[in-house]
Amino acid sequence: MYPEDYYYTKDHEWIKIEGNKATVGVTDFAQKQMGDVVYVELPEIGTKLKFHKSFGVIESVKAVSDVYAPVSGEVTEVNEDLNDAPEILNEDPHKKGWVIKLNIEDKAELEELMSLSDYEKFLEGLED
Amino acid sequence: MKKTRLNSNHKKLNGKMVDFFGWEMPVEYSGIVKEHLAVRQKAGLFDVSHMGEIQITGSQALDYIQYLTPNNAAHVNAERAQYSALTTPEGTFIDDLLIYLGEDNKYLLVVNAANVDKDFKWVSSHTKGFDVDVKNLSDKYSQIAIQGPKAVEILKPLTDVGLEEMKAFRVAFGTVAGIEAMVSRTGYTGEDGFEVYTQSNNPGKIWDALLEQGKNAGIQPVGLGARDTLRLEACLMLYGNDIDNTTTVLEAGLRWLVKFKKGDFLGREALLTQKKEGLKRRLIGFELQGRGIARSHYPVYIKGEKVSEVTSGTFSPYLKKSIGLAYLPIEYTEKGTEFEIGIRDRRVKTRVVPIPFYKHDD
Repeated sequence: MYPEDYYYTKDHEWIKIEGNKATVGVTDFAQKQMGDVVYVELPEIGTKLKFHKSFGVIESVKAVSDVYAPVSGEVTEVNEDLNDAPEILNEDPHKKGWVIKLNIEDKAELEELMSLSDYEKFLEGLED
Repeated sequence: MKKTRLNSNHKKLNGKMVDFFGWEMPVEYSGIVKEHLAVRQKAGLFDVSHMGEIQITGSQALDYIQYLTPNNAAHVNAERAQYSALTTPEGTFIDDLLIYLGEDNKYLLVVNAANVDKDFKWVSSHTKGFDVDVKNLSDKYSQIAIQGPKAVEILKPLTDVGLEEMKAFRVAFGTVAGIEAMVSRTGYTGEDGFEVYTQSNNPGKIWDALLEQGKNAGIQPVGLGARDTLRLEACLMLYGNDIDNTTTVLEAGLRWLVKFKKGDFLGREALLTQKKEGLKRRLIGFELQGRGIARSHYPVYIKGEKVSEVTSGTFSPYLKKSIGLAYLPIEYTEKGTEFEIGIRDRRVKTRVVPIPFYKHDD
């Protein structure tokens, strides 16, 4: 279900790291909590994201959820497909439903992220 | 938290349970959009047992109901239910409700779950001069709604009530899945359908039988999430959002509910004055022109000035548009009028549109 080579946050974002570049999305747990996604507010390319600050909004029928930057960096790409078909965020949250790509500014921040096994433990704790 | 008699049924169906005004209720099972569309296209099954039932008996029960409500309750009988309201002397809402005359010839007010205690107090406290007795029977009743174009087809084999000849707002008594029930052609979805009231301790039998019977027709259990989006498309009022004790019946656009000629009732004078003087504001339907979803309490701007807030707003799963309701100054209520809604740091262009947003084919 959750890719092993991704890292995860307590806010239920995932991040896939390739060198200085990263792809960011929300986890399957997050999309299940939100329910049917109908609108995604994406940042502009070039936006400088700050660690742990909200950079976008995902709206489902029932709620509004912020998406937080798992690391600081500059947005290089946004998933335009989410504008026309926001439901892919529900259908394939870990791949086709990615939200943004960015250039990582400070690799030291990566230490705050959880590995898959840590995230799974974190999820277990939530389900009590 | 309080539980309806169908609580374990919801959990078996993997309903996502939430606290709804002290009741543990399913907000969704398979997803709001899927459930919403099932009701529009096939059928949906709702547990609405959390709704309240207040019984009024006594030789002056009808007179008393006439005094408490603006509609003409003389038209309520064993075969006919009525939509009405409990109004304050100011013509605003204590609640909106359905009035029934039960099988035992006793009146039943069906009220919102969130308001049961308040309504019971209100109804109990105005009885001076009336020979009536007021009882809160909310815990005795369960209520199951089946809504959607396939509702007749699914319910028919399970009941001895003649469904096809029933018109909207008509009522009949009989059995459903072998259980004694009152069946009315009413609902809160804008779709054809029925509400089944029973005092049985085992309403789960009705619930299970309807799910089983409706399987091939595509029935879905539906939670509170889709109940809200369905009612909003149909512009059915939600107490606490669109109507409350600060909004009058006329401002809410429910002029048809008020029968001035029937005689005195709480709020009659205030509403008559308001009718003569003209409304200063009115509830309108809107459609967002820009992107986003306008939700309850988002600010409404006209020419840069905040004039009100969104009362209800959602993404309409059927129309695929952002829709909602808000009170606007009367001079801005013409359809086509443009105004703005604040969504986070943006002001989004919005337009007054005709309501209801959705109406089913007859």
